[in-house]
Amino acid sequence: MVEIDVRGFGCPIPVVKTKKAIEKNPNEQITVLVETTVSKENVSRLAESKKYSVQVEETAGNEYRILLNPPGK
Amino acid sequence: MASNFWTQKTWIILGGLILGILATLLTKWGNPANMGICVACFYRVITGGIGLHRAGVVQYIRPEIMGFVFGALISAFAFGEFRPKGGSSPIIRFFLGAFFMIGALVFLGCPIRALIRLAGGDLNGITALLGVIVGAAIGIIFLKGGYNLGRAGRVSKIPALIIPLIMLGLLLLIVFKPHFLFFSQKGPGAQYAPILVSLLAGMFAGFVAQKTRMCFVGSWRDIMLVRDFYLFSGIAAFFVGVLVCNYALGNFASGFYHWGFEHQPVSHNNHLWNFLGMVLAGLTATLLGGCPLRQTILASEGDTDAGVTILGLIVGAAFAHNFLLASSPKGPGEFGPAAVIIGLIFCSVVGFLMMEREK
Repeated sequence: MVEIDVRGFGCPIPVVKTKKAIEKNPNEQITVLVETTVSKENVSRLAESKKYSVQVEETAGNEYRILLNPPGK
Repeated sequence: MASNFWTQKTWIILGGLILGILATLLTKWGNPANMGICVACFYRVITGGIGLHRAGVVQYIRPEIMGFVFGALISAFAFGEFRPKGGSSPIIRFFLGAFFMIGALVFLGCPIRALIRLAGGDLNGITALLGVIVGAAIGIIFLKGGYNLGRAGRVSKIPALIIPLIMLGLLLLIVFKPHFLFFSQKGPGAQYAPILVSLLAGMFAGFVAQKTRMCFVGSWRDIMLVRDFYLFSGIAAFFVGVLVCNYALGNFASGFYHWGFEHQPVSHNNHLWNFLGMVLAGLTATLLGGCPLRQTILASEGDTDAGVTILGLIVGAAFAHNFLLASSPKGPGEFGPAAVIIGLIFCSVVGFLMMEREK
């Protein structure tokens, strides 16, 4: 499982880093830690456009852990 | 989830449409032609109003800007999105903000006004939009190479409230008009809607922009970077709103607006520098992560780095007029082209040096 932490990065860095992680690790589950609602929305939108299933958990301090599952997994 | 996003997209389209109509009405209510809303122009006019530049035709305190901040601040608090933070290379953001302003004032408008100008018949808007797109594309090369300005950390509420407080101060200045301010007697600075109208329109726009994340450079970036049309749908609707409203108000029939490159309001038709000025604007905004409207909204949500960017915009506007960088309807200023080239070099160096090496 791949985990990337993009907390603190402004737009569009969380999306760029998630995209890279997806491209580098196709068929792997990816966990993305994000800080803001905007990043949560953007990362989710990107993953859904790539047919990943998206699961969002709110963590302590109003942050989010986003679980991205590749299509078919 | 899919139906959820459909709603989000519907909102940004609706928001863009209403803002387009509002921008057109602001001109009817007193703002300059093809300049119902222009974030770069408005910061520039405020810069003149407080005397940081002495270009006599563009001095006033535009309450729309204060409105953007108050509207976004209310929205951010209401939806739990006020989040004080800072420390992501503020000094670089300051200069990117300053160079954004210089590029925009070589064209005479920000990416919002490029759309407004085009929807008001000014075909120079096309050259400008091409510039924004090319600028964003160059920015994407850096982004893909690992460019970023570093992480921001949490800060206390106090620094996060400085920009809203500055805006409150500016609002008091325009209400009480102490005589140390500068107000244009003629030119775009002397054309303005009533204070309350400008303020309320700005607040509405700030609220909508905060909720929808509307961004006039991010739109183009997202199409090229991730084939995402969410932000673009908002600015496309904005363009349609302005265009339809201009026809509905009879602005073309009456001869107030006409289609063409020449004799357009607050505009020149030097294609090369319109284009390169907006390449600089598109590139700086992409390196910053959003256009000046977006920076203004972020600053209202507690992002102190975006607040520093706003100060950069203001200083850039002061330099643009004090050092003859800004264009006029006659064409580019004497040193405008040189400043654009320096800005492009600055961006390239920053873009290259701030690339994170792959682990």
